[in-house]
Amino acid sequence: MISPLDLLTSDVLRYPLIIAVLIGLTAPVVGTYLVQKRLSLLGDGLGHVALTGVAVGWLVGAWVQVSPSDLLAIPGALAASIVGALAIEYVREVGRTSRDVALAILFYGGIAGGVVIIQLAGGTSQNLMGYLFGSLSTVTGLDVGIALVLAIVVLVVGVGFQGVLAAVTSDEEFARASGLPVRLANVLIAVMAALTVTLSMRIVGALMVSALMIVPVAAAQTVVVGFARTMRTAMAIAVVCALGGLLITVYVDLPPGGVIVLATIAVYVAGLVLRTLLTRRGAAEQPAEGADEAEQVGQPVR
Amino acid sequence: MSAPDERQDTASATVEGGPPQRASTGHPLVVEVTGARVTLGGAPVLHGVDLQVRAGEFVALLGANGSGKSTLMRAAVGVLPLSGGEAKLFGASTAHRRTHDRLGYVPQGDADAGSIPSTARETVATGLLGSRTWRLRRHDPRVDRALDAVGMRPLAERPITRMSGGQRRRVMIARALVREPELLVLDEPFAGIDLASQEHIAALFRDLSDAGTTILVILHETGALAEDIDRAVILDHGRVIHDGPAAQQPALDLGDHHHHPSGPDEDFLGQEIHPA
Repeated sequence: MISPLDLLTSDVLRYPLIIAVLIGLTAPVVGTYLVQKRLSLLGDGLGHVALTGVAVGWLVGAWVQVSPSDLLAIPGALAASIVGALAIEYVREVGRTSRDVALAILFYGGIAGGVVIIQLAGGTSQNLMGYLFGSLSTVTGLDVGIALVLAIVVLVVGVGFQGVLAAVTSDEEFARASGLPVRLANVLIAVMAALTVTLSMRIVGALMVSALMIVPVAAAQTVVVGFARTMRTAMAIAVVCALGGLLITVYVDLPPGGVIVLATIAVYVAGLVLRTLLTRRGAAEQPAEGADEAEQVGQPVR
Repeated sequence: MSAPDERQDTASATVEGGPPQRASTGHPLVVEVTGARVTLGGAPVLHGVDLQVRAGEFVALLGANGSGKSTLMRAAVGVLPLSGGEAKLFGASTAHRRTHDRLGYVPQGDADAGSIPSTARETVATGLLGSRTWRLRRHDPRVDRALDAVGMRPLAERPITRMSGGQRRRVMIARALVREPELLVLDEPFAGIDLASQEHIAALFRDLSDAGTTILVILHETGALAEDIDRAVILDHGRVIHDGPAAQQPALDLGDHHHHPSGPDEDFLGQEIHPA
């Protein structure tokens, strides 16, 4: 049996734990904006594109003969997902293609590019498995460094400029009329999504990255109201689920990404049940809650 | 025309029915749309429309559904790109974000609130953001004052999705008022709002106008504001068909023809379901 102290002293576990906390903090920040923009599937699209980036990184690594052979995989994923995010944002703004078709093309192109290019690089699609579903054994000190930088960028921008980003995602027309930098805000959100995908991919896997952006936000919405509180609650839920899920896989041999995602879904379901129970009780206690309180302007509310 | 003071000339040419009552022609142009052409989904909506509003004026933009009045208003504040002509606010192109800091805007209908409902306080606080103000201050006293002004302070912490259409509309008005703008641009501000509240908010606009705020408003019928409007601009099929004192226009209610005359209540409540 591994003691909790061993977890922090062994590099094998300390690195994933640090990354898990970073994922838990950053993914819901980006997720809140994506949910607000009704672009919940963007993270999935970027995860697929990031796979192509992993394969390209591998290919470039083979050419210049770096060691280990996947040294450039994460930088490749970063570059590819940023390009993919900007492409989606461009399509969204120009609006010639419908957004879901553009996302679908991103999905398919990303995964197809990944398997084709990894073969060209002399690998097999087996090499992609760790990136698809996430794994702990592959996490290196370099990964932690990259993740830390990406997380700081996402938190500084995503939390620091919450006012502007929330205004733009909530009502773009009003934001534009108010003189807010609408395009910059949209580009920042797209790039933050790309950074989050990259930093989460190692542990959670490209196929499940998006779940950590979206599900904690959905779970938070079952219990709190308001934009800022939703974001804060989602961050708390995601940190707890990421750490808890990871610790479970220390004791039981299970894939960490899957366990973490199932944990967030469990919180979501629990939130739904809780809300249903509270609503029922609330309805029973005050049956005549005024739907039109404060309907009359300038008169005191009874 | 190549007169040295071009602005003065274009303005006096457009205002046909005599000078406006409140603002003299010497006041600076606040809204200035020249030869605006807009095409939406391949169909031309505006065919070279001019619109000028001077500082201190209270102007109503009227017309049947589909006449292009909302399109003109959105082009005037720079949220809709023009395919021809130009739009200026306070004498500068609408492309300059800083000119927008002096504008308070109430968009048409129900703002798409997104999937995460903001509270009334959060929504109104976004009205304080501008080209250089990027930090949201939910508890700024101006937010409370604006919520008070429209009678929504008691519901400040309620998400706007759990409000009636009229309550949401009042939050949108508070969001436009909170930055204490020099120019208010409102697209059917009274849609869905009950009559008593309409009177109250009309009085609010009257006070602001008296204090010098320029107001450009789209109305379905002049109703509670009939006495206050200096000038009415009437659009029909993407062209201006009247631009002059409101009093000279005999039938101001040009409401869409599917709408049968009925009680005032229904007239306003019907607004939320008009075709886009």
